[in-house]
Amino acid sequence: MTPSPRPILSIDGAVKRFGKTVAVDGISLDIRENEFFALLGPSGCGKTTLLRMIAGFETPSAGRILLDGADISPLPPEKRPLNLMFQSYALFPHMSVRQNLGYGLEMEGLPKAEIARRVDAMLATTDLSALADRKPDQLSGGQKQRVALARALIKRPKVLLLDEPLGALDKKLREKMQLELKRLQHEVGTTFIIVTHDQEEALVMADRLAILKDGKVLQCGGPEEIYERPANRFVANFIGVMNFIEGSIEGGVFRAGGQAIEADTSGLATGRPATLAIRPENIAVHSAGNGFAGEVVDIAYHGLDRQLYVRTGLCDTPLQVRVPASNGAFAVGATVSLGFAPAHCRLFQD
Amino acid sequence: MTHRASHPNLLVLPAVAWLVVFMLIPCLMVLFYAFLTRGIYGGVDYIFTFENLARVFDPLYAKIFLTSARIAGLATLLAILIAYPAAYAICLAPKKWQPVLLFFAVLPFWSNYLIRTYAWIVLLNREGLVNNLLKSLGYTGEPLSLLYSEGAVITGLVYNYLPFVILAIYSSLSRLNPELLEASRDLGANALTTFWRVTLRLTMPGIAAGGVFIFVLSIGNFVTPAVLGGGRFQMIGNVVYDQFLTANDWPFGAALGMALIVIMIVLLLLQARLTAHFAGERREANDGA
Amino acid sequence: MERDVKTRWPGRLILLALFSFLYLPIAVLVLLSFNDSGLPTSWSGFSTRWYRSLMGNQDILHAAWNTLVVALFATLIATVLGTLLALGMETRARRSNGLEALVFSPMVIPDIVLAVALLTFLSRLNATMGLHTIILSHVIFDLAFVCSVVRARLKTFDFSIVEASRDLGASPFQTFWRITFPVLLPAIVAGALLAFTLSVDEFIIAFFTAGAGRSSITLPMQIYSMIRFGITPEINALATIVMAVSAGALVLSQWLNRENRSQ
Repeated sequence: MTPSPRPILSIDGAVKRFGKTVAVDGISLDIRENEFFALLGPSGCGKTTLLRMIAGFETPSAGRILLDGADISPLPPEKRPLNLMFQSYALFPHMSVRQNLGYGLEMEGLPKAEIARRVDAMLATTDLSALADRKPDQLSGGQKQRVALARALIKRPKVLLLDEPLGALDKKLREKMQLELKRLQHEVGTTFIIVTHDQEEALVMADRLAILKDGKVLQCGGPEEIYERPANRFVANFIGVMNFIEGSIEGGVFRAGGQAIEADTSGLATGRPATLAIRPENIAVHSAGNGFAGEVVDIAYHGLDRQLYVRTGLCDTPLQVRVPASNGAFAVGATVSLGFAPAHCRLFQD
Repeated sequence: MTHRASHPNLLVLPAVAWLVVFMLIPCLMVLFYAFLTRGIYGGVDYIFTFENLARVFDPLYAKIFLTSARIAGLATLLAILIAYPAAYAICLAPKKWQPVLLFFAVLPFWSNYLIRTYAWIVLLNREGLVNNLLKSLGYTGEPLSLLYSEGAVITGLVYNYLPFVILAIYSSLSRLNPELLEASRDLGANALTTFWRVTLRLTMPGIAAGGVFIFVLSIGNFVTPAVLGGGRFQMIGNVVYDQFLTANDWPFGAALGMALIVIMIVLLLLQARLTAHFAGERREANDGA
Repeated sequence: MERDVKTRWPGRLILLALFSFLYLPIAVLVLLSFNDSGLPTSWSGFSTRWYRSLMGNQDILHAAWNTLVVALFATLIATVLGTLLALGMETRARRSNGLEALVFSPMVIPDIVLAVALLTFLSRLNATMGLHTIILSHVIFDLAFVCSVVRARLKTFDFSIVEASRDLGASPFQTFWRITFPVLLPAIVAGALLAFTLSVDEFIIAFFTAGAGRSSITLPMQIYSMIRFGITPEINALATIVMAVSAGALVLSQWLNRENRSQ
């Protein structure tokens, strides 16, 4: 299913204060039906508080949360037709997997036969049938994660909230589960809102993401848009690897270390400092040429590619340049020539 | 993590009410009685006086306080000297055995105090096990009167409260970062210096907690001196008992009781400060390692 | 902690000495209770006659019944109040030192002081004293111990399961009975067993709040008056039974609480 433009959940000027600290500082977001939306940010940015406000565990200090156009902010968590998958999984330790899954349906007052039918179906969907009678402490981390997910999904929530759902898993399993989650989301056709601090995870899974810092949304958009056109220096630094070159705008041209670098300077104030950002994969490197001269000071081998550290006259820190691993032409100490494509250079004045 | 019950204060209320009505108010009443005058036929007259408090410092009672403090102090010292190596030995045992050893070290503490004290009568009396043992070893003199002595009371106190002191010292020993000890050895200190400069210092809060506990419960003890002291000599607890049940001088008994409470509070505050002091040091040590 | 072969033997010797010191006096008592002659001087054969004579002693049976009544009711009240107290204290937004001190004080206050305070309080109110006044006094320290056991469990309790239950559609009330209570139950029972043992064993406070006469006498009071007249074989037998009941309750309590300890 492709996301429709209709917003299913609207956050309208949400604010959350704890005493003097402001955890969420006036956030407005529209989440579209059936999309996979990620709230991304460093710890303490307010993303978990925002998620808990949506789930009903925190009352907004100001603002509204609308589900399908209706304000749900006055409702307690048990009255909201959306479910949360907890970071710690929060499985009931005294209940079997089957009982954990059935719990939410029991609370809806469904007949026993219907509960059993839906639990069996969900166990099959999430590949848990063989573990149905185990207790949580007899499950592995990955299995617990699937039970937690199944327990929330079985309620057929309008929106599923996931709080760092893969945080407790090791790297290999995490990558597998990222795809698994995406597949499941397509299969059940529900809106997913995921909270994560892992930018790679957000880029891989989300249809759209919002970058949060200090309780505010810095940028909201698709993964490509955010990766290619970060709105400010913080986002540029937070997502992926980025080289920063400090300089200033003089006469409409960006200059650093006495040299001019061609980039789009429209809308920037002349005579003031600015920062140029360029990703390692967007720097062309040649053994000779009329680009910026530099010296390779270090090389890190990453399997697929090599990361060259090149010292130039542009800035104090060596620039990171990515070349394919098959390109073994450069050695430490070699002099090289770097080229920056103007389309990939972004300038910030914040 | 924020987790709040809907009404935590409501949950606390019944127990707090119970403790206020049946513990706090009675204790405040005793405090109040300490300033009243003894009634002619027992009971109290509501005439305000400092006489009872003054009597607490009367040489006769001051001496009993000093005796109590000496007995409690010796019991505390002895208990720490026994408990420290015992707790250390439990820490050295294999990890899976430690909880079991600890449980059996503490088990007697929760069982009947009176019976545990009585057991020493069986051991120490003139026809008791110790004297019998001596006889079978060839001792021919008069049976030793081990019972009804200061030594018997101290033995009883140590025996009864030792488990708690072990528990307190164990809990601070087991939280000790082993890397600290290794670091000390690595830096050239020998085992003894390491123990003296690192281990002992970092386990001070445990020693203080155990020590204050046994001292407070010993100085105000009633059963042990009554059973193992045989009424031969008195501790404060016995005097309080007598004032209430025999002499019928409740205001004076109340004043003595208050003195015990004051001693208890002062010691607990001292212990809290000591713990806070060492906790700071300990945090640094564990972070640094 | 460090451990090598060199340090193993001294450690074992110390443990052997420790456990001998702790258990030998009790073992002697138990052994004597089965001695036919009842005398500590010589062993004259195994016999249960002192236990049988105990069963014929109306005073002791009466005291045992009173003890049971006191311990059961005090434990019941203390378990309910102590559990609620623990839940309240662990879910409060802020730690209150006054509250901590109030709850902690029954554990350290000299029992003779608490005993005379209760006597003063009850006689000022002209309250009739009996088993009920012993019960209300025992609740004071029983609830402190129940509270501390349940609180220890709550320290490792994952409160997100409470939120998960709400999230899945359960009301606060349903959540308590279906989730919180069953998960805490082993700790609550462990605390209750501890309280029961303490109540069975408590002497001075019961002595001061029982009132005059023999009608409300409890086992420890009975034992105390017997001890004052010296050693009798019946005390050994009675002591053995009381110790066995306490030890049983404590082992059970520890076993129930084992998950908590291993965490």
